[in-house]
Amino acid sequence: MTKRPIDDITGTETTGHEWDGIRELDTPMPRWWLITFYITIAWSIVYCVLYPAIPLITSNTKGTLGYSSRGELDKSLQQARDAQTGLRDKIKSSSLAAIITDPQLFSFAKAGGKAAFKVNCVQCHGSGAEGSIGNPNLNDDDWLWGGKLEEIHQTIKHGVRYEQDDDTRLSDMPAFGKDELLDKNQIEQVADYVLSLSKNSADASSTGAQIFADNCASCHGKTGAGDRSVGAPPLNDQIWLYGGDKKTVMESIHNSRKAVMPAWTHRLDTETIKQLAIYVHSLGGGEK
Amino acid sequence: MTKPSQIEQFDVQAVNKAGAKKLFAAAKKIYPKRVDGKFRQLKWLIMTVTLAIYYITPWLRWDRGEFAPDQAVLVDLANRRFYFFFIEIWPQEFFYVAGLLIMAGIGLFLVTSVWGRAWCGYTCPQTVWVDLFLVIERAIEGDRNARMKLDKASWNFKKFRMKLTKHIAWLLVAISTGGAWIFYFADAPSLFVSFFTLNAPFVAYSTVAVLTATTYIFGGFMRDQVCTYMCPWPRIQAAMLDEESLVVTYNDYRGEPRTAHRKKHANDDVSQVPMGDCIDCNKCVVVCPMGIDIRDGQQMECITCALCIDACDSVMEKVGKPKGLISYATLKEYDQAAAGKPVQNSVPILFRPRTLIYSAIWCLVGLSMLFVLATRSRLDVNVLHDRNPLMVQLSDGSVRNGYIVKILNMEPKKHTAFLSFQGLPEGFMRIEQEGTRLVKNGESYKLMLEPDVLRELKIYVTIPQASLPKLDQAFKFVAEIPASEEYHETTTKFHVKKY
Repeated sequence: MTKRPIDDITGTETTGHEWDGIRELDTPMPRWWLITFYITIAWSIVYCVLYPAIPLITSNTKGTLGYSSRGELDKSLQQARDAQTGLRDKIKSSSLAAIITDPQLFSFAKAGGKAAFKVNCVQCHGSGAEGSIGNPNLNDDDWLWGGKLEEIHQTIKHGVRYEQDDDTRLSDMPAFGKDELLDKNQIEQVADYVLSLSKNSADASSTGAQIFADNCASCHGKTGAGDRSVGAPPLNDQIWLYGGDKKTVMESIHNSRKAVMPAWTHRLDTETIKQLAIYVHSLGGGEK
Repeated sequence: MTKPSQIEQFDVQAVNKAGAKKLFAAAKKIYPKRVDGKFRQLKWLIMTVTLAIYYITPWLRWDRGEFAPDQAVLVDLANRRFYFFFIEIWPQEFFYVAGLLIMAGIGLFLVTSVWGRAWCGYTCPQTVWVDLFLVIERAIEGDRNARMKLDKASWNFKKFRMKLTKHIAWLLVAISTGGAWIFYFADAPSLFVSFFTLNAPFVAYSTVAVLTATTYIFGGFMRDQVCTYMCPWPRIQAAMLDEESLVVTYNDYRGEPRTAHRKKHANDDVSQVPMGDCIDCNKCVVVCPMGIDIRDGQQMECITCALCIDACDSVMEKVGKPKGLISYATLKEYDQAAAGKPVQNSVPILFRPRTLIYSAIWCLVGLSMLFVLATRSRLDVNVLHDRNPLMVQLSDGSVRNGYIVKILNMEPKKHTAFLSFQGLPEGFMRIEQEGTRLVKNGESYKLMLEPDVLRELKIYVTIPQASLPKLDQAFKFVAEIPASEEYHETTTKFHVKKY
């Protein structure tokens, strides 16, 4: 091995590199620094033995401690679930009315309901429960089947027009146009009447009013106030599930609308459904 | 007057002497010798004061009433509060701490530009604790020579006993260092009891363990190594020095050439044999806690503790030469003196553009923090507008917006507050948790605020269809505490359209 040049001033060996006359000194490391470095190397070897570390072709070394991050996640999820069991059991055994009067249960139920909503409900009702065309906004005060806690709970449990569930919310508006119950002209007249109900300018003497009284009032009520027992929406308010322009209203009368909401009792456990009902009820439109 | 020949000569070499370094060098153990002098006295004083501040502070009491702890300085992490005498800081007011850190940084610039690395030499915890560890070491094993002899001697009962005593003493200091730290984070007297009855939280024990280990290792074993290799300050601080900063300087124009054996020249004509004042006794090297030789000039390892000045002054006194062969001097003063010119008064170094700018910034930050502190409000209202959905149309055509209003009562007192909104003439609000009462524009809603809490309210504001504005409308929530004349308003928006 050739001896490396010594820097005259410091007497230290240089690395032999030189830039514009500046030579790099090869200053020795402090011993403790090196020892620390060797310890880190030893540590990494121990670590590789204990923990999963080395990627192989189809898998990786498992390590002797049997650690896996997925296993850790399962464990912490289980811990979280265990920590909640007390509250969940209470939710299961308590009535909805009792839950909302207990601040701790209420906030737990709301948080749980919010989480369940984000997984199961946002696909139709939107992430803020703001709804969309055909999917009701759950923040407002308009409820097809009732906005009391029990009514919301019932709707979530059994769904709407969900044929597999015997207790489902069921309503069936005739398709007045498709089934040739009314002709196009009549539909237009009744649509005009319905829209005037909403604007509070209905003329009871019009032809539309007569058609409404004959065909629609049985479910929607004489004044168009709707009937929650059959899920008939009020027609005299400002909220239109499918849109409040004349074309859309005519379309609704012609084809009838039959949106379906699944029954959740088959998919979610009792506590979760209760939590969902409480969450939806708490969004601002819940009725007493 | 003592003759030069009577001055002890030391066989020592500076750790960083040229040629002394080997590849993968083992740290050379330094045996700093005891020294007396005015800088040593100053160091004792600063060490006492800093250690006293550290150990006593958590035990100071401060009466804050029944709803707040009565510890003068307390970092209450569990409840997210910071107490400093009459000041209580909430997490969102943490900028005060940032401000203090900025002041500390600028203060360091200022001190460094005037007195060089005074922080390193006198007040740095590493310096203070190393000094403390050295005192203990000296008390048990003796001064430099005794310690060197002891280390070289083969193991016997006496050596073992001395070493054991020393390490036990060091560990006691280390434990009390770590132990004092935890009292800043909990009520000191009760933590003290629970700590020794083994009822303290795990984090208290682990903190003490970690700080004990670092104090013991850094103060007992690594010492100068921490300053030279682990600490970034020497590199940064050295860059902040200029030719007008005071640094420990060997006045070589006066000291060189060094003459160790003056006796040889006793009969010679002094003018024929050039003799500097330095008698090469190496006392400046043996007292240096960093093990360097200041006569090699300013160097990175030097922490400017000035113990070499004390050592040299004592020697100069003995040989009957003026003190100050090694002295605090600026580069400018050194140059003037070396050129034989009169040295100008060193007071002006305090007043030059650099120090004035640092002082100005320091004062500016301090005064603005004081101003903010003096005028700060102890009531705060944060309003979060519901984002999703922004607005909800109700069946009667009115529009409702949801808000989360957070009211902070930052005083440890119960208060009656009044919440109202202004700017939506026909609107009304409903506070969800507070029942069904509707509050109109300008009316106020009475709220009881518990001491030192954040109260979160869900509020729905509705405007009837008839009076709906065309565009989004700004309005404000107003919270008032009449008792303490606190008034706070927050402007937010009412959305009327879907986006």
